[in-house]
This record gives sequence, C-alpha cells and structure tokens, in this order.
Amino acid sequence: MNKAGISVDFSALARTRWYEFAIRFIFGGAITVCAGVLAKKYGPSVGGLFLAFPAIFPAATTLVEKHEREKKRKAGMEGDNRGRSAAALDAAGTAMGSVGLAAFAYVVYKGLPLTNAAIVLPVASFVWLLASFVIWKLRKIRHRL
Amino acid sequence: MQFVIRFLVGGTMVLIFAALGDVLKPKSFAGLFGAAPSVALATLTLTIFADGVNYADSEARSMIAGAIGFLACAFLSCQLMMRWRVRGAYAALAAIVAWFAVSFGIWAKALK
Repeated sequence: MNKAGISVDFSALARTRWYEFAIRFIFGGAITVCAGVLAKKYGPSVGGLFLAFPAIFPAATTLVEKHEREKKRKAGMEGDNRGRSAAALDAAGTAMGSVGLAAFAYVVYKGLPLTNAAIVLPVASFVWLLASFVIWKLRKIRHRL
Repeated sequence: MQFVIRFLVGGTMVLIFAALGDVLKPKSFAGLFGAAPSVALATLTLTIFADGVNYADSEARSMIAGAIGFLACAFLSCQLMMRWRVRGAYAALAAIVAWFAVSFGIWAKALK
C-alpha cells in the first residue's frame, strides 16, 4: 500500500473465473462493433454516444457483489450486505471515473482538429486517469474531514 | 473483416482495463476503471484510420454526452444499492435506463 492508500492484489485475478473474463471480452467487443454500426447507420453524432455506453457495468457490478459475498461466506459471515456495499463502492468509483471519461472526450474533441491523433489519444487517456484520480482523492479527503 | 477487428480490439481493451480494476484496491479506486475509455480508444483509433479525423471528432463530441449519461447511470446504481439495498444486477440494469435518458436528452437538446 502506498501513501495514496492504493494497493495491488494479483490474487484477485485467480478468483475471477474464465467465463467472467469471457463475458467482459464479449460485451466489450460487442459494444465496439455496435458503436461502429450505429455510427454508419445514424451518423457519428449518434454513434459517438455509445463510446461511453456502460456495456460491462452491469456485469462488473454483479461480479464485485458476488466475489465479496463469496469471500465473506467462506469466512462464515453473512455476505449479502457486504457484497452490496462493495458493489456500491465500485459504482461510486465508476461515477468518478465517468467525469474523467467526459474530460477524455473533451480533450479528443478539441485536440483532434489541432494535432496528430497519436498525440491526442495518449494525452486524453492521461487526462482521464488524472481527472479521475483527483476527484477520487478529493472525495477521500472530504470524507476524512 | 472490419467488424471482426473491431470486436477483437474492443474486447481486448475492455478486458485489460477490467483486469486492472480487479487487482486494484480499495474498491472505490478500482471502480474508476469501470469508466475507462476502453471502447472509445478502440473505436476512435479504428475510426481515424477508416473514416478520418473529422468523423472521429464528431464521435468524440457526442461522447461527452454519453459520459455524462454514464455518470448518471453509475451514481443512480450506487444510490439504489446503498440506500435501498437493491441487488447489484438490478441496480445496474435500472441505471442503464438513466444512461439512455440523460445521454439522448443532452444529445437532442444540444448536439442534434
């Protein structure tokens, strides 16, 4: 764990089953294809909306809830409430990340006419990470006060 | 063939960001990766090659509305689980309705 209170736990990957990875892959691939098809049929203005469609959000929420519930039940505790709270916290993080996602889209929208896409896309990704992290950190500080 | 490439690139990008979210703690921080620009990076990169910068730029403009819809969706889902103890799957599916309402609402008012 570092100063920001963030840690990495690779054992979480071992708890994820193969079909849970497959579900994310299929949903991710499917929404990428759908965004392309919708853009071709109704124009980029409609297709663009789906670049921020919460395609794997229901699957991710369900998995977080399930994993946390199973962990608590293995420890002999009631896991329903804990599972739901973990999923709610994950969704709160996703809400903060989506502010970063809007910042990503804004940087791409303003940056693409000005400079090379090979520069704009990495910069926009960095802006997403930075904006999301700052909001997450500010919320954490506010909760501590 | 283009659809196959889109499917593979989009699926892989989503998988990478989702795996990142799995290994990170605390949960609220890991959740940030639930709104990673995975689909957007895959789509925009392929769109720039296939249809040019102007087309991708129009998509990015609308994506701002989609991201605000995503904020509404995740916030509503969090509230449903936290305050009303609704199951995760039902809360997330109900919140998808909020995504459509907010995203298309902003699109119809400001971007159409």
